[in-house]
Amino acid sequence: MRHKEHFRTAVYQTPFHPRTSALNTLNAWHRWKDYTTADAFFDTALEYAAIRNACAVFDLTPMTKHRITGPDALAFLNRLITRDVAKIKAGRVGYCVWCDDNGQVIDDGTIFHLREGDYRLCSQERQLNWLARSAHGFNVSIVEDTHDVAALALQGPTSCAVLKGIGCSGVESLKPFGIAYFSFAGTELMVSRTGFTGDLGYELWIEPTRALDLWDALFEKGANHGIRPMGTHALEVARIEAGFIQAQVDFLPADQAIRVDRSRSPFELDLGRLVDFNKPNFNGRRALLEEQRRGSRFRLVRLDIEGNKPARSAYIYDARRNVVGTVTSAEWSPSAKANIALASMHMPWGLPGDELWAEIYYQRELKWSRVMARCRVVEGAFFDPPRRRATPAADF
Amino acid sequence: MTNYDAIVVGAGHNGLTNAAYLARSGLKVLVLERNPFIGGAAVSLEIEKGWMYSNCSYVCSLLRPELFRDLELARHGLQVVPYGGGVTIASTGDILGNYADKDVQRREFARHNARDADAYRRYSTDVMRQCKFIRPLLLRTPPDPTSFKPRDIRELIFLGREFMKFGEQFMYDTIRFYTMSIADFLGEYFESDLIKAHLSGSGIIGSAMGVYSPGTAYVLLHHYMGDVDGSIGAWGFARGGMGAVSNAIASAFKSYGGEIITDAPVERVIVRHGRVAGVTTANGNEYPAKIVVSNLDPKRTFTRLFDEKDLDPEFLDRARNFKIRGSSGKLNIALDGLPEFPALGRDNPLRYGDMHFLDSLEKMERAYDDWKSGTWSKEPYLDLLIPSMTDPTMAPAGKHFMSVFVQYVPPKIHGRDWTDQDRDGFKQTVLDQIARYSPNFKQLVRHVEVRTPRELEDDIGLTEGNIFQGELTMDQLLFNRPFPGYAQYRGPVRGLYMCGSGTHPGGGVMAAPGANAAREILHDLRRPKLVPEGWQDD
Amino acid sequence: MTDRNRIIIVGAGHNGLVCAAYLAKAGREVLVLEAADRVGGAAITREFAPGFRVSACAHICYQLDAGISRELKLDAHGLKTAHANLRTVALTTEGDHLVLNGGRLEAGLLPDKDRAALGEYHARMLRFARVLGKQHNRRPPRIGGGGRRDLIDAAMLGFEIRRLGRSSMREFLRIAGINIYDVLEESFETPLLKGALALDAVLGTNLGPRSNNSVLTMLHRLSGQATGVTGGLSLPEGGMGAVSNAIAAAARAGGATIRTGSPVARITLEGDRVSGVELESGEMLTAGTVISNADPARTLLQLLGERNLETGFVHRIRHFRSKGMAAKLHVALDGLPIFSRLAAQRAGDRLVIAPDVAYIERAFDRAKYGQCSPDPALEFTIPSIHDRTMAPPGRHVLSAIVQYAPFDPRASTDTARAELLERTLALLGRHAPGLRRQVVATELLLPADIEREFRITGGHWHHGELSLDQFMMLRPVPGAAQYAMPVNGLYLCGAGCHPGGGVMGSAGRNAARTVLGREPAA
Repeated sequence: MRHKEHFRTAVYQTPFHPRTSALNTLNAWHRWKDYTTADAFFDTALEYAAIRNACAVFDLTPMTKHRITGPDALAFLNRLITRDVAKIKAGRVGYCVWCDDNGQVIDDGTIFHLREGDYRLCSQERQLNWLARSAHGFNVSIVEDTHDVAALALQGPTSCAVLKGIGCSGVESLKPFGIAYFSFAGTELMVSRTGFTGDLGYELWIEPTRALDLWDALFEKGANHGIRPMGTHALEVARIEAGFIQAQVDFLPADQAIRVDRSRSPFELDLGRLVDFNKPNFNGRRALLEEQRRGSRFRLVRLDIEGNKPARSAYIYDARRNVVGTVTSAEWSPSAKANIALASMHMPWGLPGDELWAEIYYQRELKWSRVMARCRVVEGAFFDPPRRRATPAADF
Repeated sequence: MTNYDAIVVGAGHNGLTNAAYLARSGLKVLVLERNPFIGGAAVSLEIEKGWMYSNCSYVCSLLRPELFRDLELARHGLQVVPYGGGVTIASTGDILGNYADKDVQRREFARHNARDADAYRRYSTDVMRQCKFIRPLLLRTPPDPTSFKPRDIRELIFLGREFMKFGEQFMYDTIRFYTMSIADFLGEYFESDLIKAHLSGSGIIGSAMGVYSPGTAYVLLHHYMGDVDGSIGAWGFARGGMGAVSNAIASAFKSYGGEIITDAPVERVIVRHGRVAGVTTANGNEYPAKIVVSNLDPKRTFTRLFDEKDLDPEFLDRARNFKIRGSSGKLNIALDGLPEFPALGRDNPLRYGDMHFLDSLEKMERAYDDWKSGTWSKEPYLDLLIPSMTDPTMAPAGKHFMSVFVQYVPPKIHGRDWTDQDRDGFKQTVLDQIARYSPNFKQLVRHVEVRTPRELEDDIGLTEGNIFQGELTMDQLLFNRPFPGYAQYRGPVRGLYMCGSGTHPGGGVMAAPGANAAREILHDLRRPKLVPEGWQDD
Repeated sequence: MTDRNRIIIVGAGHNGLVCAAYLAKAGREVLVLEAADRVGGAAITREFAPGFRVSACAHICYQLDAGISRELKLDAHGLKTAHANLRTVALTTEGDHLVLNGGRLEAGLLPDKDRAALGEYHARMLRFARVLGKQHNRRPPRIGGGGRRDLIDAAMLGFEIRRLGRSSMREFLRIAGINIYDVLEESFETPLLKGALALDAVLGTNLGPRSNNSVLTMLHRLSGQATGVTGGLSLPEGGMGAVSNAIAAAARAGGATIRTGSPVARITLEGDRVSGVELESGEMLTAGTVISNADPARTLLQLLGERNLETGFVHRIRHFRSKGMAAKLHVALDGLPIFSRLAAQRAGDRLVIAPDVAYIERAFDRAKYGQCSPDPALEFTIPSIHDRTMAPPGRHVLSAIVQYAPFDPRASTDTARAELLERTLALLGRHAPGLRRQVVATELLLPADIEREFRITGGHWHHGELSLDQFMMLRPVPGAAQYAMPVNGLYLCGAGCHPGGGVMGSAGRNAARTVLGREPAA
């Protein structure tokens, strides 16, 4: 009969809350699963600028985390996930998606191969039920440990310098998607070169009791490196610039889709590279092979749209003014100085060179206007600095 | 005597809805009600001075918003107020609550089983898919699958298209969903027995089936397909008790020029030359009309209102065999204060909703076994609410009204009629169960109204006291409700229509049967379409 | 040796053998692998006490498809009937039995109303059963997906229901989803008659008479009589094993190889396709196609393994309801039992003990909570009356289906078995007062025993409940109801697929046809 009255605290605070709340001069918060999380701290534009110019810290703790261990952990993950998990060696991280039997994406996430045979799966949605259903026939243990791990994202050109400052010596040689362990404040600090910004950056993982020590050390050593806290709004701009998709925004998790045409396959999300038909059976394999043969229904594209009005929720039209797609995410990109968007297009539209138009509604002084803006299909990220991959990482 | 275009027998909410649409179309309509008050089973009665008893139906969710809006029920005084909460209390003292916030709800489930907590999302999606499918069908007349009439074929195609919208897998899942037991259905998602018990209550309310009986998964859907302001599956109170629903519809009816006579029990539907000619009431009055609409349950309509010779014997057999199966009873309790439930603590918001005292599916099934063997459940399933906590009009300040719905209660005790002694025994069983979870409950009890199937039948006219006017089983759903070949609201005699919960889409204070019947009547009279159909892509 | 053209059939149950016979007839190379040391699966005859032989699981032949019997020339392969057209005798302790022959009352007293209703009821149900029966030899259509053929098949089904005529169609749609109790209440008054008729609906199922779906199970049972070999309920000479032996002989005559004593450990894969099987002995056998006569859970979860399947499919298979509820009792007797006031020749018929519907329902209620019914309902025969091969001269053997016995009794299986045996013998003794003193040996198989002996997961004769949610295109699970499993080259041919259990052979033949259509010989 634990915590019968847990409802009295409907929303939890992360272990970093004493610091984030002190810094949140706007008092701007929203819910992220069980936790409260900052929209912004003082100025979204400056928080965003810190990502691209210095470094910014984002409280990642609410992200759903699962620990997967046991003799069959690899076999289990390889049946669960569309890419070949065997290729993610210990000490490496892999971006991945997993599908239902129909080859529709249930969620995307990252697999951390922490140590040999010991994995962490991070996801947008809670997945324990699907993981448990998938575990029959495998000798594997699956625990959701979201509340047991405190996590921060430290993103931006000076992030490596700050980490070196707090004692993570040698972290500069960590390659993208690599994992390294350091001792910190009497415990283990795990550092992965991962992030959601498309820039040089790291994610830091530590036990909750040492969370404030980590925060304090970062801000002390980062003071000279332009460190700032950032909220979800700033991260969102960076995410779209990097061209990353997000569950519930750019796609609907297949197990939450009520109508048949609402879910998407990996191919339809431009994630065909995450599907490896060279490995044996995995969830969705048959359906995805079939989709390859028959063709997909949708295509996810990155659009550069003329003008400067963000095309949020816009319809996309072809030259004959037929609706051929919908924008799922849109922002003005401060780094690329471009009006960018992710859109889900009906096949066969969305190839580079197609004539496409976005119908954008915007408001000026309470007056609504509508423009039809020409769209250009862009390949790759909107902003992709070389420092994102450079190893050893520079100090700024 | 005045000549009416149509006479509606029974002023239940469906009869009134039907009458309202007929009157609005310009017909001269009379509603005859045998009780001194209107409302049928949707009534508020001041049985204890100062207390309003929703003494039959007690909560509101299924009332079609399309009709609410179309009949301007708000203008006629109806207000539906959502209530939060709802909780199952186990005999161990542990609880399982309903929280609107999905993360809090998930934690609540996770206290009992972590995997079940995530399974709830999948379960909700799957049930929601069924709700989305069925909701647009509620305000439509079921097609006759044996007919080749263009209208039936059109409706069948519509149905097929709605079905296809959700994909091949959904079609299989739907067949399974409509034929499985609630226990098996929940077993595909959940492990925790308390969670399963908590979720299965909706699968048996008003039904003479147990949680292990195939067919109960659909009954669950029947309770989930409503909404309060778009929050699908949510339930609310009609402010002022369920009588407010009937009163508002009656007010709309009167505003269209309709007329209601109470204390006027209809004795006979007059049939001349193979079509209805009117009705006679117990006091000998005759009301001629070419259209008679019965709000009574189908069994009662045909076995009580008609002269046997006016009906085809085979049809009469069908009516006699219509499965009513009373299975529920009710206690309405005036309380001198708010009972405490120690398992919940003093100010737990879960208390505002429906309360249940359950441990497991097995315990619920055993309650059903008692019913089968001809007695009320010794450990009944209770759906207990204290509406006065939300609605201040239900009881004097500081006092409370408690509505206790009880499952299972048989229409007969070991094959014989209920006696007053049985009724007291039944009452004691229920009070004792509540008192086990609320130590101060008994001393707060000021007045108890006990409604066994006997009272429900005698006072309201619900045969065997069945709240849905007939079981919600495959043989009595959709184009089979009430009888195969008679699911389009027309009776076996020209001019006779049925509009009660015994017709599609069934009971639960939806007002849909009444509206659908009106649509068919207006169709037969070649009058303009008036009755709204369900909202598209609901 | 690799042989892509070879077809391996796992399990020599009657469906596996039928499948083998048809494939062999079509010129395919077929190897049948059977774990037991004889063919037949659950349709076998074996000795359970010295000199006493019994049909160990299924014990009355009434559904064997007439077409199969003819096409495979089973009589030429040795299938003989010891006794046909068994009557059903509804026994009472007082001796006022009812003897029923289909819709006709042959002995006993019934009010005129019931007597008339019985004929009408039987004719009506037979008409509906025929609609089901027509589906037995078809692959169930996919609905909403699938191709042209699926549409045509679905339309055919609709057409056959429509062809019943308007009022019959309405009646069919009304009752198909409900329970036998409601239907019997509408038609009959006599409790004994209703009990006997209700028993037909629940034998071998996990349903009580008041459980919805029990009309469907009754129609399914009747569908065999509507489309099966003539002769109604019959006892094959030599027991049910004789049926299997005849089919096996037909298969061998067509060129199929049958290896007994060869339990399969797993089905092997190469890429996305089956490549053969590995025997428990370690021997590897290659094949381009593997057809399993084993139940769905055993085939897919054990022999193939979850990891070779997808999560959603595994979830569905795991929830295929397959826990048996019927026990099988074998009694060796040193003389013919005398039932109170029952003519001696009637003792050789199908005897049932189900005095009224409530009796069966009460029996079911106990079993719901993991207890064997203290007062079980019985169907039994004394085959040795007609077939002297079953028992030593002057002695007899009684074979009974005892309803209900849960798969996982709350008491230990041994305690439950002992209790049920005692209660059942006492029940028999009340109907045949001298019977208990005649008992030489007994054997009672609970579902758990049936699982062990016949390798049927859950010990359910039908491999899984026959209910609307596991019927036709939903059997065993949606997406795999057309015999082909979601692994290339793997098929099911047992009672776990359409049309389900009962010794019909239809599943085996349908599977063979599917394989012939999808796996062309190289």
